[in-house]
Amino acid sequence: MDIQFKPEDLAFRDQVRAFLKSKLTPAIKDAVVGGHINKELIIQWQKILYEQGWVAPNWPKKYGGTDWDITKKYIFENECAEAGAPAVVPFGLKMVGPVIYKFGNDAQKARFLPDILQSNVWWCQGYSEPGAGSDLAALQTKAVRDGDHYIVNGQKIWTTYAQLSDWIFCLVRTDPSAKKQEGISFLLIDMKTPGITVRKIESIDNQHSLNEVFFDNVKVPVENRIGEENQGWTYAKYLLTHERTAIAGVAQSKKAVQRLREIAAQEMSGGRPLAEDNDFRAKLAKIEIDLLALEYTELRAIASVAAGGAPGPESSILKIRGTEIQQALSELAVEVCGHYAHALNVDAPVGNDYAWALSAKYLYGRAATIYGGSNEVQKNIIAKAVLGL
Amino acid sequence: MNFNLSEEQNLLADSVTRFIGNDYGYDIRKKHVALPDGFDRATWATFAELGWLCVPFSEEDGGIGGGPIETMIMMEAFGKGLVVEPYVSCVVLAGSVLKRAGNPGQKAELIGGIIDGSRLLTLAYLEPQSRFDLFDVKTNAKRDGDRFILNGTKAMVLHGGAADTFVVSVRTAGNQRDASGISLLLVPADAAGVDVRAYPTLDGQRAAEVTFTNVSVPASALLGEEGKALVVLEAVADEARLALCAEAVGMMEKLYQETVEYTKTRKQFGVAIAVFQALQHRMVDMFTLHAECKSLLLRATLTSATGDAEAPRNIAALKYAIATKGQKVAHEAVQIFGGMGMTDEMSVGMYLKRINVINTLFGNGDYHLQRFMAA
Ligand SMILES: Cc1cc2nc3c(=O)[nH]c(=O)nc-3n(C[C@H](O)[C@H](O)[C@H](O)COP(=O)(O)OP(=O)(O)OC[C@H]3O[C@@H](n4cnc5c(N)ncnc54)[C@H](O)[C@@H]3O)c2cc1C
Repeated sequence: MDIQFKPEDLAFRDQVRAFLKSKLTPAIKDAVVGGHINKELIIQWQKILYEQGWVAPNWPKKYGGTDWDITKKYIFENECAEAGAPAVVPFGLKMVGPVIYKFGNDAQKARFLPDILQSNVWWCQGYSEPGAGSDLAALQTKAVRDGDHYIVNGQKIWTTYAQLSDWIFCLVRTDPSAKKQEGISFLLIDMKTPGITVRKIESIDNQHSLNEVFFDNVKVPVENRIGEENQGWTYAKYLLTHERTAIAGVAQSKKAVQRLREIAAQEMSGGRPLAEDNDFRAKLAKIEIDLLALEYTELRAIASVAAGGAPGPESSILKIRGTEIQQALSELAVEVCGHYAHALNVDAPVGNDYAWALSAKYLYGRAATIYGGSNEVQKNIIAKAVLGL
Repeated sequence: MNFNLSEEQNLLADSVTRFIGNDYGYDIRKKHVALPDGFDRATWATFAELGWLCVPFSEEDGGIGGGPIETMIMMEAFGKGLVVEPYVSCVVLAGSVLKRAGNPGQKAELIGGIIDGSRLLTLAYLEPQSRFDLFDVKTNAKRDGDRFILNGTKAMVLHGGAADTFVVSVRTAGNQRDASGISLLLVPADAAGVDVRAYPTLDGQRAAEVTFTNVSVPASALLGEEGKALVVLEAVADEARLALCAEAVGMMEKLYQETVEYTKTRKQFGVAIAVFQALQHRMVDMFTLHAECKSLLLRATLTSATGDAEAPRNIAALKYAIATKGQKVAHEAVQIFGGMGMTDEMSVGMYLKRINVINTLFGNGDYHLQRFMAA
């Protein structure tokens, strides 16, 4: 056991720092802090990462990823978060990309991977349906084969960024007579195809990320199917485990701790900075202790994967604790911001320029324990697959 | 010992509950929120007709002499309906200042106006830096002959955009955080030098930042004794805490009930999700947390009604409990609703946002835990 960085790790860290210092523009950084990061700025940043060859550290090198070991990945994640870089949008780079390089054919790899790496195309995830949330395999959206096309009918819901997306990857039912998990296929669908309607869902954070997506006789070429017909569930599950580990968000939470301290130094309470208040400090310290534990739990899991293990069901605890810690931090952030956390930012911020962004983050963050497989579902997985109950 | 309502209190409870049940569904509330003032003036007039705006005022002032129990009855029902009409800002806050500090002329004009619905007042007591300290007042008013000249900014003035008159806490003597030297002035919203920046709050209500630049009001605008307003503000704050906590308890009741109902109809894995014991136990916890908060609400309200010396300590306990247990119940509701809990289509998210606002107004959980320990 050894947790020291080797000299080459330190050199790599310096390289990442120098890169971030020269390439992460104030406009992007301010937008992250101010909560007004948008598609344009995210693309700008992802393209910078792409130019550097760092946009998809977890992809195999031959597809445009890196050959970094876990230490380098850890350093990279932490330095990016620490510097205030935006998180990459996961749907292309962390979800469908890996599915395509793992299960797609050569033509699909050549057609889709470069645009994902270069952020030329935005993807959204069409899994959930009104009747299929936790019970995802109950999905009903139908794809019926018609020559070299599928005709897709049905509805997806909660589709994040559908309104901004060029493509959607969808789970559809291709065999209604088979057992639930066995009649599902994985389709890539161009959002410009006639018959697709996107409708906004009003969400509690007053931002627009959620949508319903309706499919009315949408023609999808068979060549847009990943892998085998009716094998979609296997690919979907592969993707879900990817989603589950990325969700711990340790580096982001460490940054949030730092940010909380900064804000608490500005907010006055009882005539002195809140940062000096013992109740506040104790609350933050307790969350930090949880975060220290999470960080090592994650490193232990990653190390065992790197040593040849597969990401097992125990990775579910990363999702559970990671999201609980994110929520605890943002609850505290709202508390720290006092009254102005509750002002709705219409034209310009009220009171100060940080409270509303933190509060929108808190409200949106309630979903972290719901999406990516709800925390209850994760606990069921651990109970069954790890504890053998 | 007796936890039963009196006959009059029962009538009041019936009338408010019936109105909220029949005429104040979540869809209607949404329409009110979208109106220019963020509430419905016609509904406000109905409140006046139903006699609800006179509840906390003495018979002498034109009211029915209601106390904390009557306010609790109304606010619990308002909480269930997520009422956006300015009851707290106008009747509870401004009204309470007037009844405590107003002279007969001021009471006749202003309490009379509140009761018949013709006047809308609000209390401007917060400042950008003051957080929970009512005595932290920078806005100053200087004597200039028989007038006061005001300068300063008041923060998050509830319904500040719709009010015709502000009751403003100002410093007439001493330093920013001195307990003495604070006074209350009546300032017309249309007075020269008053700038009102109105905005919505996350809970679907409205507030405003109000800036006073050399605003001149006559000495007769003074409410109560010059420099001695802190005791008034403190008493008003405790009344407001009781009202807001009653509102929160009403919401907690709806939160556990709506969650139970939802889980009975939402099916996943071929069954209603209500059959999952992991969720059942959590709904039992929600139910229990509501029961506890309701008990603390009654404890604080009944001791306040009798003027018991323990009342302030009980109010601190209640406010702390709402800040922790109330928020917990709302978080659980959102979680158990799943994606639906994240939408503004459902009321659970709105209950969460309103409970969070209530938890900040007049002191958050930590503030009241300290207050409890010090009492
Ligand atoms: C902000 C947000 C973004 C999202 N983005 C996307 C997206 O881009 N693409 C996409 O496809 N989907 C997306 N989703 C959908 C998300 O994956 C689902 O919300 C999630 O799977 C839960 O499904 P549901 O909302 O239908 O809740 P339900 O499945 O109805 O669950 C309701 C409650 O019951 C609990 N529950 C369910 N089953 C059990 C059980 N067996 N035991 C114990 N408890 C149980 C759940 O944990 C939850 O608390 C998003 C959701 C949100 C909130």
